[in-house]
Amino acid sequence: MRNKLIGVLLAVVGAFALGGIALQRHEPINALWIVTAAVCIYLLGYRVYAAWIASRVLEVDPTRATPAERLNNGRDFVPTHRAIVFGHHFAAIAGPGPLVGPTLAAQFGYLPGTLWILVGAVFGGCVQDMTILLLSTRRDGRSLGQMARDEFGPVGGFAALIGTLLIMVILSAVLGLVVVNVMKHSPWATATVMATIPAAIIVGLYLRVWRPGRVLEGTVLGVLLIMLALLGGGWLDHQVQLRGLFDYSGVTLAALIIGYGFCAAILPVWLLLAPRDYLSTFLKLGVVILLAIAIVITHPQIKMPAVTQFVDGTGPLFGGKVFPFVFITIACGAISGFHSLIASGTSPKLISNERDVRLVGYGSMALESFVAIMALIAATLLDPGVFFAINAGAGVVGATPEAAVHTIASWGFPVTVAQMQQLATAMGEQTLFARTGGAPSLAVGMASIFGSTFGQGLLALWYHFAIMFEAVFLLATLDAGTRVGRFMVQDLLGRIYEPLGRTSWYPSVLLSSALIVAAWGYFLYIGVIDPNGGVNILWPLFGISNQMLAAIALSIATGILVKSGRGRYVLVTLVPLAWLALVTTTAAWQKITSPDVRIGLFAAADDLAAKLAAGALPPERAALAPQLIFNQRLDGYLALLFTAILWFVILDMARICLRRWRGLPLPPSSEAAHRPTRLEAVLAGEAR
Amino acid sequence: MRALAHIAHGLHRAWGALRQLAGDDAYERYLVHHAQQHPLATPLSAREFYAREQQRRWSGVSRCC
Repeated sequence: MRNKLIGVLLAVVGAFALGGIALQRHEPINALWIVTAAVCIYLLGYRVYAAWIASRVLEVDPTRATPAERLNNGRDFVPTHRAIVFGHHFAAIAGPGPLVGPTLAAQFGYLPGTLWILVGAVFGGCVQDMTILLLSTRRDGRSLGQMARDEFGPVGGFAALIGTLLIMVILSAVLGLVVVNVMKHSPWATATVMATIPAAIIVGLYLRVWRPGRVLEGTVLGVLLIMLALLGGGWLDHQVQLRGLFDYSGVTLAALIIGYGFCAAILPVWLLLAPRDYLSTFLKLGVVILLAIAIVITHPQIKMPAVTQFVDGTGPLFGGKVFPFVFITIACGAISGFHSLIASGTSPKLISNERDVRLVGYGSMALESFVAIMALIAATLLDPGVFFAINAGAGVVGATPEAAVHTIASWGFPVTVAQMQQLATAMGEQTLFARTGGAPSLAVGMASIFGSTFGQGLLALWYHFAIMFEAVFLLATLDAGTRVGRFMVQDLLGRIYEPLGRTSWYPSVLLSSALIVAAWGYFLYIGVIDPNGGVNILWPLFGISNQMLAAIALSIATGILVKSGRGRYVLVTLVPLAWLALVTTTAAWQKITSPDVRIGLFAAADDLAAKLAAGALPPERAALAPQLIFNQRLDGYLALLFTAILWFVILDMARICLRRWRGLPLPPSSEAAHRPTRLEAVLAGEAR
Repeated sequence: MRALAHIAHGLHRAWGALRQLAGDDAYERYLVHHAQQHPLATPLSAREFYAREQQRRWSGVSRCC
C-alpha cells in the first residue's frame, strides 16, 4: 500500500514537472523543473520497470548462490554489501562522456537532449547494464566477449573484440583532443594539469612504499597536492617570465599527451595509473555532489531555447539533423555500450545476492544519467550567444572575435566581443572564443553555478578547478583505455606470434603500447590540426562506435533470452536494440553518403580535394589539406566498418533465434548450475 | 547516553563503509579469508598483497567513458 502511494506520488510530481517543461516552451524555464522531472522518472523506472524486468524477464533468484559466494577467494570474488558494490560500479562507469556529450548536443536546445537522456536511460541504458550484469553474474563473472563466444560461437566473440579495440582508439583520441582544447594557450590550466602527474606519483609511492594499501590516506594527500597545484597555477599565471613556460600550441600539447599516454601504458600501474584513478574517482564523486547541491540552491534559469533552428542539420558544433545525431552525440548518459564491459567484469564478482543487480546495474546507470542531466543544465544556463562563441570552431564562425560575434548574432543569439572578453577575464583566461570540445563551456557553466553558490569572487578559481577536474578525469580514462587497448593488441598479436601475447614480455609491451598509442595519437593529431575543431568529426564517430557496442551487448542479451525460453519478453532488449540499430545505421549512412560537406565524410574529402586542385586554398590550409582529405576518407571507412560489425552481430543473434524456433541444435547455455545460497543465513547469524 | 552510543555506532559503520569503498580494508579481509580457508599456509604481506591486487585490477577494463 505504501509502495503504491509512493509510486502514484512520483508519477504525479513527475508529470507535473514534465508538464511544466512542456508548457513553458516560449519563456525561460527553471532548471529545477528538469531536475524534478528527471528524479521522478528515474525513481519510477527503478521502482516499476526495473522491478518487473528483474522478477519476470531476468528471473532474479535470491536463493541462488552468486559467484562471489561460490568462488570466494578473498580478492576479486568477494561477497560485498550492495551499497558498496553500487559505489564501486558507479565509480567505474562514471566517465567524462556524460559531461561532454550533452554539452555538444545542447546546440539543438535543451529539450531533445533532456528527453533522450531520460527515455534512453530508463528504457535502454539502465536495462542494458542490469541485464548484462545479471547474465555475467550467472556465468561466473565472464566478460562480454567470452559470453558472445560461449553463447553464439567464436565469430561473434571476435567481432566483439575488434569492436571494443576500435572504440578504445577513437575514445582515447577524442578524450585527448578535449584535453588539448582545454589546455591550449592556458598556462594556468596546463601547469595545474601537469602538476597532477607528480602528485599522482607521490601518492603511488605513498601507497606502495610508505603505507601499503592505505588508499584513504593516500587520496587525501593527493587531493591536497592537486589543490595546491591549482593555487600554484593561479600564482604562476600572473608571473610574466614563468607563464610562457606553460603556454603551448595545440600540436605541442598533442605531442606531450601522446608521450604521456605511452609512458602511462608501459610504467607499472602502481606508479601512475592506480593513484591517478583514485584521485579522479574522488574528484568525480565530490564534483557530482557539489554540482547537485549547487543546482538545487541556485536553481538557475535555462537560457537556451527548448529547440533551436539547428535541428535542421546546420548546427555550428557539428553538422547533422537532430535525428539521428542527438542520439549519437549523447551516448554515455542515455545508453553506453562501454558499461557492458564493466557490468561483465569486476562488479558481478562482488554481487552477494542476485536481487542486488537492480540497484547496482539499473541504479548506477540512472545516477550516471543524472550526471548527464546536470551537465546539460550547466551548458544551457549560459547565454546561447556565449555558448556558441565558446563551442563553435573558427572554421565555422570566423577566425576573429568580430567575425565570430557577427556570425553568431546573425543566428539570433546576440553576443558582443566585450561580453566575451569580460567573461574570459573573470575566468582568468586570455580568450574563450572557439574553445571547442565542450569542456571549457562546461567549466564556465559550472564555475557560474559554483560561483553564485559558494562565492562569486572566486570565479577564476572555480573555472580552473572545473578544468582541472575534467582534465584529470579525461586523462584517467585515456590512461586506462590505452592500457586495455594494449592488452587487446597483445591478445591479437599473440595469435600471430605466441611470445607477443605475453603481457609481461618487455619487447611485446613496448611494441603493443607503441601501436595503440600511435593509432589514437594519429586521430588526435589530425583533430588538433583540423580548422573546424576536430571534435565535430571525432565525437560522432565515437558515438557511433559506443552505440555499436551497446547493440552488441543487447544482441547478446536478446539471444540469451530467446535461447533460454524467455522469448515472450524479448521486446525488453529488442526495442532498444532496434532503436540503436536504426539510429547508428542512419547516422553512419549519412556520414558516408551525404553530399553536405558538413555531414558527409567523403563529400568533405572530395570538396577539399577539388579546392586544393583548383588552388583555391590559402597556403597554410593547402599544406594540411592532403592529411585532412586522407583522414576524412579513413573516418568514412571506419563508420562503414562499425556498421558492418553491428549488423554482423545482429544477424548472428538472428541466426541463433531462428535455430531455436526451428528446434535445431544450439550452443549449450553457459549458465553456471544453480546452488542454493547459504550467505543470508551466515550474515543473519553474524548480525545476531 | 544511548543516543550517544547510537551515534558512535553509526559513525563507526559509516567509517567502515568508507574504508571498504576505498579498498582500505582489502588486506584485512584477505587475512580473515585466508585464516578461514588456508589456516596452514602463510598469507602474503600487506605490501605484496597490495602489489598483486593492483596488477590484477588493472589488467582488465576498469574505467569507462
